[in-house]
Amino acid sequence: MLSALSARVGHVLVPGDVFVGQAEDMLSLSGPTRKETAVCGPGLRRDGARVCVSVSGILKHKAPNVFWIQAHGKRYVPVKGECVIGIVTLKSGDVFKVDVGSSEQASLSYLSFEGATKRNRPNVQVGDLVYAQLLVANKDMEPELVCIDGAGRANGMGVFGSGGLMVKVSLGLVHRLLAPSSDLMSDLSALYPSEMVVGMNGRVWVKSSSLQQTLIICNLLQNCEHLSPEQRKVLFNRIRQGAL
Amino acid sequence: MIAMEVRKSSDVSLREFGCEQNLLSRPDGSASFVQGDTSVLAGMYGPAEVKVSKEIYDRATLEVLIQPKVGLPSVRERSLEQCVRETCEASLLSFLYPRSSLTLILQVVHDDGSLLSCLLNGACMALMDAGLPMSCLFCGVTCAINADGEIITDPTAAQEKQCRAILTFAIDSTDRKVMMSSTRGSFSVHELQECIAVCQKASEKLFKFYRDSVQRRYSKTV
Repeated sequence: MLSALSARVGHVLVPGDVFVGQAEDMLSLSGPTRKETAVCGPGLRRDGARVCVSVSGILKHKAPNVFWIQAHGKRYVPVKGECVIGIVTLKSGDVFKVDVGSSEQASLSYLSFEGATKRNRPNVQVGDLVYAQLLVANKDMEPELVCIDGAGRANGMGVFGSGGLMVKVSLGLVHRLLAPSSDLMSDLSALYPSEMVVGMNGRVWVKSSSLQQTLIICNLLQNCEHLSPEQRKVLFNRIRQGAL
Repeated sequence: MIAMEVRKSSDVSLREFGCEQNLLSRPDGSASFVQGDTSVLAGMYGPAEVKVSKEIYDRATLEVLIQPKVGLPSVRERSLEQCVRETCEASLLSFLYPRSSLTLILQVVHDDGSLLSCLLNGACMALMDAGLPMSCLFCGVTCAINADGEIITDPTAAQEKQCRAILTFAIDSTDRKVMMSSTRGSFSVHELQECIAVCQKASEKLFKFYRDSVQRRYSKTV
């Protein structure tokens, strides 16, 4: 199975493609048995003894045995552990309802902020931007957010966003921005001094020293999806020289 | 991202077809499909919030809306919607999104025959563009039987008027089985089986085209 999957890494696959177990996957009664497991990520699903592709995209591989399909999409589906930007829509009793762009609004308890107690409530209003982590996210339950990590520290999460502008981009662009050695991120940060918060739900908040620079960065983010690296470098050079 | 295919006369001849994906900015997935002069635009939204009256506890609620070129949707559009919806529900893995809604909106840009198969092809490309998990791809093929008993695949509106039967099938990509059939007119059992065989052969060209256009789309980005 691993060999069948590795052979197609980097290829574009469509729903309906299957990977069948190979002869060497059969356990032999006489010889020594090696156990190989393949970890199937998003886009791959197990169907009995076969692995089926369920979305169209490029098959990616991370050593030693993790495979997944990288697909372009715009709609966010909540996944446990991801940090997202949410907009507070409702304040009812002890719970805030936060819109993260998924099919259901997530709930955020008022005690999930650093230093919050029953007497010391956090200052969160309807319409505020919140950077939080998904604690519970599966298809059967309502998503839950928290603004603290396991040890009770905020770690950069919480309410933010006085000034600045939030834009919606595709999920593929967000993954490119958050990749470890991202050219896009280094180019953008070298352009103007600015603050950026990137949510895995396709939302990016930008704040720079002037309104014009903020707007330029937001426009660049939205257009970078359709530019090749060379075109992007040309555009960035033009901006650096002040042509815009 | 535009891809075009031209089919010259072979034993199964389809009109020139083409598609473009991700052309609309608001929907989560969009596609336009052109077969000869018949052209259809599809937009897919989801998984999104659903009204409590329409929610299903273990699956996503799929809603298909077909807008004709002129006028308001009527009974004809409702029957086309049912055909498209049943095909989509058979191939989508809707159990992954319970209590959510998936909305597919199809706009008829021009109708020159084989409308249902063009709608099915546009719907499949829009579902792929939105990144919704599917168990298989599907395509629509129309064939017509004229007065002489000849089978014409992908008929134009003029050819459809002169034929005594029009059959549309939705074929899946894994086993080439018939997922949905919509027929009008009178034909024999033998003719039905011949039409199914012809449509299954024609579906191979469409699936190859799907694969090529998706490959071209992903080759552009790094």
